[in-house]
Amino acid sequence: MNQILISRRSILRGGGALVVSFAMPSVASAASAESLSPAGKSLSGEAVDGFLSIGTDGIVTVYSGKVDLGTGVPTALAQMVAEELDLTLDQIHMITGDTALTPDQGTTSGSNSIMKGGMQLCAAAATARNALLKMAGEKLGVAADELTIEAGVIKPSSGGEGIGFGELVGGKTFELAIDPDAKFKSPDTYKLVGKSIKRFDIPGKVTGTFDYIGDVRVDGMVHARVIRPAAIHADLVSVNEDSVKDIPGLIKVVREGNFLAVVAKTEWAAVKAADALEVEWSDWKGLPDQSKIYDYVRNSEIDKTDVVATAGDAAGALANAKKTLEATYSFPIHSHASLGPSCAVADFKDGKLTCWSPSQGNHALQKQLAEMLQLDAQNIRIVYVEGAGCYGRNGFEDCTADAALLSKLLEVPVRVQWMRHDEHGWDPKGPPSLADLKGAIDDDGKIVAWDSQFYHAQSVGNAVTLVAADLAKLSHQPGGRAGSVQGNADLGYKLPNVQTSVHWVKNTPFRASWIRTPGRLQNTFANECFIDELAAEAKVDPFDLRLSMLEDPRGREVMERLRKLSNWETRPSPASNQEGNIARGRGVAYCHYHNTFAYVAAVCEVEVNRESGEIKATRFYVTHDLGQVINPDGLINQVEGNVCHTLSRTLHEELQFDNSSITSLDWVSYPVLTMTGAPEIIVELIDRPEEPPMGGGEPSAAIVTAAVGNAIFDATGVRLRQVPFTPERFKAAAMD
Amino acid sequence: MPQSVTLNVNGKTVSIEIDDPDMPLLYALRNDLGLKGPRFGCGMGQCGACTVLIDGSSARSCSISVGALDATAEITTLEGLGTPENPHPIQAAFIEEQAVQCGYCVNGMIMEAASFLKENSKPTEEEIRAALDNNICRCGTHTRIIRAVKRASEAA
Repeated sequence: MNQILISRRSILRGGGALVVSFAMPSVASAASAESLSPAGKSLSGEAVDGFLSIGTDGIVTVYSGKVDLGTGVPTALAQMVAEELDLTLDQIHMITGDTALTPDQGTTSGSNSIMKGGMQLCAAAATARNALLKMAGEKLGVAADELTIEAGVIKPSSGGEGIGFGELVGGKTFELAIDPDAKFKSPDTYKLVGKSIKRFDIPGKVTGTFDYIGDVRVDGMVHARVIRPAAIHADLVSVNEDSVKDIPGLIKVVREGNFLAVVAKTEWAAVKAADALEVEWSDWKGLPDQSKIYDYVRNSEIDKTDVVATAGDAAGALANAKKTLEATYSFPIHSHASLGPSCAVADFKDGKLTCWSPSQGNHALQKQLAEMLQLDAQNIRIVYVEGAGCYGRNGFEDCTADAALLSKLLEVPVRVQWMRHDEHGWDPKGPPSLADLKGAIDDDGKIVAWDSQFYHAQSVGNAVTLVAADLAKLSHQPGGRAGSVQGNADLGYKLPNVQTSVHWVKNTPFRASWIRTPGRLQNTFANECFIDELAAEAKVDPFDLRLSMLEDPRGREVMERLRKLSNWETRPSPASNQEGNIARGRGVAYCHYHNTFAYVAAVCEVEVNRESGEIKATRFYVTHDLGQVINPDGLINQVEGNVCHTLSRTLHEELQFDNSSITSLDWVSYPVLTMTGAPEIIVELIDRPEEPPMGGGEPSAAIVTAAVGNAIFDATGVRLRQVPFTPERFKAAAMD
Repeated sequence: MPQSVTLNVNGKTVSIEIDDPDMPLLYALRNDLGLKGPRFGCGMGQCGACTVLIDGSSARSCSISVGALDATAEITTLEGLGTPENPHPIQAAFIEEQAVQCGYCVNGMIMEAASFLKENSKPTEEEIRAALDNNICRCGTHTRIIRAVKRASEAA
């Protein structure tokens, strides 16, 4: 089934004219004009017609606001809808992330695509199913509860002639509000959900027939490159246009305030012109000293403090305890560092703007572009086209704004492709954070007091500032948002005396945004490592200590299963009897995501070269309970991705900068995990078909850094509290 | 001045008009020939997203100028290996292992593997890792990619 590819190609081939085929409503809609796309399709998230339409051929088109950021989630969403409607997968046609066609289901983020987006689709499908059964019952003269559906054909259970969806409602709209109480199918009747259906997009991706954003071509399109300030807040002093006048194909040097770009007939001419253009920027040296970045965080003004957990009297218990420990954990600034630099195409014509964009939140972007360009949001259409893997708010929105601004200025379709240095240098960053922890243990090795203070960047505004709006001095609400970073600050264990606060710091050096598992990763790193510090102090096994504090039965099952899966050897850390240069150890970490969603736990095994300080994670065991599993292999793929991506962040990644700009602008200066460093990953899923499905795109990332840190301690007795765990940091910590 | 350049791509001889012989091959493949397998990732030969085969060996198309290529050099892109209907054994192995997340790196992984497996048809896992170590994946598909290449080597 390659319906997704077909629909995408039809969008792309249409160029500026956008040809998208879907069943046109033949029944006059009672909905207000605001909730209809220009083509007349409902965009309402409360209406069945917002999410589903049925063609005369019986093909069901699904309109999903949630998009594929590289997870393959449309395949899982199609499974969910096909299941509820008893269709085969080749009867489903997915359209994702087009503001003119898909309801606003919010940004594709926070592991919400199945948990929220998919459940909305299921509710629409269940409502449609009931309506279809009723209509068929009337036509066939059979009660609705005496009908069955098979591959989109409704038949009497007792046998006899049936009627297809296409024949019943093909080409018409439902005009039905989604029934929040519509019953979903019973899991014991599932044919598709719970099966490892192969992803629709992969054959195209491995043969070069899939269209990524970089492949979008629109008639009359020109190519642009942006030239960003040499220092982050430098002003543009002068541009010598003569320096590029001899480049064949150059159309224009565009300057709007500090926004600078070159536009050319060919892509290579734009690359050359951007490189050759002589530009003078003012001096600006406003960045903090990288070597003192955590002092900067600590000394930043606190905007406010949220107490996120209290129990008993933590201060009193700490004061009276015989054994206490204190530690500070720090997590660095990360770049999204997308493998494919941001790319977008925009076409402004007759007061209307169409953008082809890999943005994870095209409805939010639509509003931002409306303000920036002073257009009515209804005159902006943003069509999602997949980019390279997206792990949060990266540069994709900014590049789309670059293209939109240039197209509006030039009134031709413009393709902007960022270069590698644009991506590493100008994507928004995951801000630095700190955690101060204090704990006390009693004579029985139990934790009796826990005090944790987290320092996170305060979110500002409703959306992350678009670079183009800032540089070109266009209307915008300045903003930087790190995500729900307070998540999992509250330790998910039962303790007698707890005090946990999140201090929101006003200043962060770079435009902030959320990167996969924001805050939940940083907080879990600190919490789960500090538990191991206390366990080691008490000379108790870290697994035993966790289980002694864990009440939630699903959390306990995840841990008990992990213990078996990893053949955990019960003993305190660090391991004894380490001989030779290579020390081996194992560490555990647990997280109940947001203390609300998925339950995950991991054991990491490491090898540490005590002389060179080199750390290799050799194996990960992960147990995972997110309720109902829609596509087991798709979920395992996400878990493996979480492990490797977060291992990369844990061992290698840290933004480099001087006092004026970012200096880690390529893969040499911003190294990441490569093939030789990838661990073996063993995943055990706990499927609970009777429980609602929760998201899997992030939770298992939260436990990776802590598990690695705990394994390093187990192997060597050296506790690393600052990410990334580089050989230099290991050697320095080992000397202490 | 525009000049005509002849290339041999995926078994066909093609001519393109270019302004600058220093233009990297990647731009010719993508923009002049409409190929989508090789992708722009870094433009510096660091990440491997643009990898193609030249006379059977892997090469970074972002870092080879069109003018430096011999008209007889056999350039193969991802499209030249196989199609969705008739995939090359390595492509089939990637489908079978579902060794893709976003898939942006996967062109490079497959092309690098195609080059490597020609030299070493029965590699160990360690040899596969070493061969692909200069191809970057950001989504964390590492272990599946290694498995897919291993599967392809066993299928051949």
